[in-house]
Amino acid sequence: MVMELSRPSADGMAEWQGDLDALRGLVSDRAITGETMLLNLGPHHPSTHGVLRLLLELDGEEIVTCLPDVGFLHTGIEKNIEAKQYEKGVTLTDRMDYLAPMSNNAVFCMAVEKLGGIDVPERAQVIRIICLELTRLNSHLVWLGTHALDLGAMSVFLYAFREREVILDMFEMLSGQRMMTSYMRPGGVWRDLPPDFLPALEKFLGYFPQKVDEYELLLTNNPIWRDRTQGIGVVEPEDALAWGLTGPCLRASGINWDIRKAEPYMSYENYEFNVPLGEHGDVYDRYIIRMHEMRESTRILKQAIKRLGAAKGSFRSDNRKFVPPPRAELGRSMEAVIHHFKLWTEGFSLPDEEVYMAIESPRGEIGCYLHGTGGPKPRRVRFKTPSFMHISALGKMSQGHMIADLVAIVGSIDCVLGDSDR
Amino acid sequence: MGVVSSKLGNLGVVTTTLETAVNWGRTGAMWPLLFGLACCAIEMMSTQASNYDMSRFGMELNRASPRQSDLIIVAGRVTRKMAPVLRQLYDQMASPKYVVSMGDCASCGGVYNNYAIVQGVDEIIPVDVYVAGCPPRPEQLIHGIMTLHEKIKGERITDWMEFTQKA
Repeated sequence: MVMELSRPSADGMAEWQGDLDALRGLVSDRAITGETMLLNLGPHHPSTHGVLRLLLELDGEEIVTCLPDVGFLHTGIEKNIEAKQYEKGVTLTDRMDYLAPMSNNAVFCMAVEKLGGIDVPERAQVIRIICLELTRLNSHLVWLGTHALDLGAMSVFLYAFREREVILDMFEMLSGQRMMTSYMRPGGVWRDLPPDFLPALEKFLGYFPQKVDEYELLLTNNPIWRDRTQGIGVVEPEDALAWGLTGPCLRASGINWDIRKAEPYMSYENYEFNVPLGEHGDVYDRYIIRMHEMRESTRILKQAIKRLGAAKGSFRSDNRKFVPPPRAELGRSMEAVIHHFKLWTEGFSLPDEEVYMAIESPRGEIGCYLHGTGGPKPRRVRFKTPSFMHISALGKMSQGHMIADLVAIVGSIDCVLGDSDR
Repeated sequence: MGVVSSKLGNLGVVTTTLETAVNWGRTGAMWPLLFGLACCAIEMMSTQASNYDMSRFGMELNRASPRQSDLIIVAGRVTRKMAPVLRQLYDQMASPKYVVSMGDCASCGGVYNNYAIVQGVDEIIPVDVYVAGCPPRPEQLIHGIMTLHEKIKGERITDWMEFTQKA
């Protein structure tokens, strides 16, 4: 739904510029007659987690209709990737779901690998799993902090960001960047783990589970928290499937679907972890599931550290047609110089075929559809992102609730507008 | 400010110019608009959270209403769809008002030279300080804020007259 409803006048006040007839069919007839009130929420609103705009039809404080309006952060990333070589495209994927950049990197790289038949050595797979699970913690911590902040619990935000900084420091060790890491590359990762990384990770895993307990102590049995979240935004299992919800939002409704289990990638099948499920599908269940997921991620990380010692291979594939040779080889081998030159000027080519690759990001299923041209640049890249699906379900989820509950519902679906609009 | 006061002992008198006193007051407690767009907004939140703690500079209080804030940190990429909203928010702020353009996207479009992104937020609102980085580290943002403070401290009475005209 794209329409201009207001624009600033000379004194800066918004004036209604819209045409009520344009809303006919979208809102109930009572809004047309003026019986119910139309209220604009966003795109600049602290509780919409970015630039989501909601058009609300209110009967008193009760929400009759909630129309999400997305696109305020449409960046044209998919179009930009079409003009880039495959390896350079990775950099742009970081900036889609900016709370989980590693997941975006991973899904794009894995689509490229699937299309080109590039192998990923065992060690690179374990490193990727470490990164993906750290990203899950990173993302869930931001979600927890902001969600609790929206519902009035300021201290949780400060605690969650305290632990998140430790994760960001580890990302910085890996890639030199705190958030936009671009660490994963087709065929593996950019470089091997630096020596400081594993001690830092082990130290972090040593105390992180207690920190999760600390967050739960503040919220889980807190009567205010329970009142604000239990029975709010209930999604029935069949609705969750019909609306295309994935990730914690789907599992909160009791449907056991986790791509890490259902269609394992990066050898997730070798790791032991549980998929937490909810019963009621309300805001509270979605909260509990993410808290459990943080614990499960800690378990996976601990197993990954153990596997790393025995993992064979390098941090990146040795397939020189796709992966540039290490710097040291350039002085010795003419072939390496040729590969280096070809890969950094032209890039590698992928066949004129299409693939779809999906992984479990912190928010749900993030998928990458990739169509090659036979040359070094893709014909079309399309991302199927969880936030978009969740925002489309917002209207149904918030129907009949109070306007204050909308804040809880928007927080619980954990939408990132960069993910939704791209 | 204060050179004379030490010579006066405990008389409790401080002499200064009006400009210095007002500018000092303006830098001490700036209220930024709670305005996040994309990735940079997360780093802006980090800057305000426990580790970097922007309240050391009197900036912990983000106001959600432009009427109550005097600084807008444009944190993230401004799309063509978002640009009128941003301009409206800026127009609604009371003078004196300042703009920090945080990150490459807000400053110059960053990596997105395409149909969707405004190539630098200075196309729609005047910018006081540009902070480079994608996204800038919290230290970089704090440095940007410090730079803005320096700028404000250099303002003259004649500049204040312009504020009223600008609004």
